[in-house]
Amino acid sequence: MSSKPLTLAEKLWRDHLVLRGENGAPDLLYIDLHLIHEVTSPQAFDGLRLAGRDVRRRDLTIATEDHNTPTQDIHLPIADATSRAQVQALRDNTREFDIRIHSLGDKNQGIVHVVGPQLGLTMPGLTVVCGDSHTSTHGAFGALAMGIGTSEVEHVLATQTLPLQRFKTMAINVEGTLRKGVSAKDIILAVISKISTGGGQGYVLEYRGSAIRALSMEGRMTICNMSIEAGARAGIIAPDQITFDYLKDKPHAPQGADWDQALKDWSELTTDHDAVFDAEVFIDADTLDPFVTWGTNPGQGVSLMDSIPDPDSFDDPSQKAAAIKALAYMDLKAGTKMKDIAVDTVFLGSCTNARIEDLRAAADIIRGQVMAPGIRMMVVPGSQKVRLQAEEEGLDKVFVDFGADWRFAGCSMCLGMNPDQLAPGERAASTSNRNFEGRQGKGARTHLVSPMVAAATAIRGTLSAPSDLEQ
Amino acid sequence: MEKVTQFTGTGMPLKISNVDTDQIIPAVFLKRITKTGFEDGLFANWRQNPDFVLNNPSFQGAEVLVAGSDFGTGSSREHAVWALRDYGFKAVFSSKFADIFLGNSGKQGLIAGVISDADTESLWEQIEADPAAKITVDLPSQEIRVNDVVIRFEIDEYTKWRLTEGLDDIGITLQSEDAIAAYEAKRESWKPKTLPAKGV
Ligand code: SF4
Repeated sequence: MSSKPLTLAEKLWRDHLVLRGENGAPDLLYIDLHLIHEVTSPQAFDGLRLAGRDVRRRDLTIATEDHNTPTQDIHLPIADATSRAQVQALRDNTREFDIRIHSLGDKNQGIVHVVGPQLGLTMPGLTVVCGDSHTSTHGAFGALAMGIGTSEVEHVLATQTLPLQRFKTMAINVEGTLRKGVSAKDIILAVISKISTGGGQGYVLEYRGSAIRALSMEGRMTICNMSIEAGARAGIIAPDQITFDYLKDKPHAPQGADWDQALKDWSELTTDHDAVFDAEVFIDADTLDPFVTWGTNPGQGVSLMDSIPDPDSFDDPSQKAAAIKALAYMDLKAGTKMKDIAVDTVFLGSCTNARIEDLRAAADIIRGQVMAPGIRMMVVPGSQKVRLQAEEEGLDKVFVDFGADWRFAGCSMCLGMNPDQLAPGERAASTSNRNFEGRQGKGARTHLVSPMVAAATAIRGTLSAPSDLEQ
Repeated sequence: MEKVTQFTGTGMPLKISNVDTDQIIPAVFLKRITKTGFEDGLFANWRQNPDFVLNNPSFQGAEVLVAGSDFGTGSSREHAVWALRDYGFKAVFSSKFADIFLGNSGKQGLIAGVISDADTESLWEQIEADPAAKITVDLPSQEIRVNDVVIRFEIDEYTKWRLTEGLDDIGITLQSEDAIAAYEAKRESWKPKTLPAKGV
């Protein structure tokens, strides 16, 4: 009997089907891992209490504090009263419902999407959800990982399932070899600028091709992380030896016979040879330059070697209007060379680019260099564990000698819910994922960049490629 | 949940595309732990501009928001829907919504209907020509009726059924307890558990 060839995402869907929906009803899917943080969960726990419901699987649920937590003086009570109350609510709720939590000060505290993988809880073949759009990060392991809203958080807490409508599938084929100074971040920024912020709507994106296979798990997470910026519900990469090696010694990796069985199951997690995607995109990795954004959505990006595009060059009237609005907000003019844009702040952090490899890449570039005058650089590790690892490798010293701020783990300036914000009008090169108006502080201007570009920019004071330092 | 079927109110044109959730409600309002009272956070930054449409007295009390394409992109914050709802909107129309926003709307009884770009333009024109024009939004027939014009909007069948019946998603799912338990019984043993905590 031959069965219909399936894409990886479709296989995961099939494997998690609790009930198939009929007459337009959504399918009911089982959720293997539920990650929780303080911002999107308090109202969900309230809902449970109101309805007199319990958490169905506390053993598939884990919480950490990240969005509101300070990155300095973490031994002091959180200064802002509303932030403090929100973190406290998470602590109270996890105590009441007996859910594992990694609080500020704990070795495993950190950004939720850094914590899951480093504990080895994120693995191939799972469904992973979190009340956070960047849950797409976990797709890097070959898991179906989706961001959900607070009502859905409540739903998963109560039932460990989610009713979901089917997705379409899109293949993002990235073939070739990245040049020196070009990284995963540049691939994903190029993808988003190609398909636009709405281009992935309704799709699960599967990243494939030799350039993706060559990436480390960190790089793959960076790519899947930003799938949501293309409007996609999830991004996914088929697991391979690199994935298995990464997981092998993680605390929650399967042991003994379970590991052998897992490897067997995981090796089947690929898109069938003759499966058909609903859409396909091709990116040439050989010719890719460092990519940066000039506007106020992640799709408004260009090669760092280029200039800011003329709004008139967009055929689509709404894109043109968006470009005009973005340039006004960003205080930039069409035709300006990207490399002539001077920044005030460099932010190395966020769930996109604050894993150990990202810190290493940036440290390698700034080691022994001098920061440009007037620049402020903030380095915020994605988790406490990343921070400790970096300190073991002496990276903290490299950053501090360079004049950067070495901080404690959290979301920090990625969204500025804690005190780490830009002042109005300030301009940042940021390794985070969103350059929306006001995201990093009211009136703040954000250019999304890779860790290597962030480092080179801190040295030169203007948006720069690592190769600019060699001249 | 209350049943949602039909209402009549006035409209507001939001002639901006790609309105992300950071604009609908900035992160600082996300620190609250309540589920209501988010009306002050709605478009909080844009509202500081006196020319922003929310500040236009002609559109006060509007219940129908007509926005440019790609509405609700960005973060998963359900607060965006709460803010629109608390401000008084009962329906939002756009030619394209972000997936998570669409899902969140359905959970909170906010009608998020997809209309064509041409219909968006036509609604903008009618609302601007007469801000007091009565707009009827009819969920069962998926129609927007204003003046003599009838516009059809798209909404997925299941969400429509749930909203019109006033059904709570969790309650529906809990009826499938047997299927969930059966699935759990055959789950692979290599799948991770968060408890007990290991090696941490
Ligand atoms: S680092 Fe930024 S994008 Fe990532 S979870 Fe935190 S706030 Fe969200």
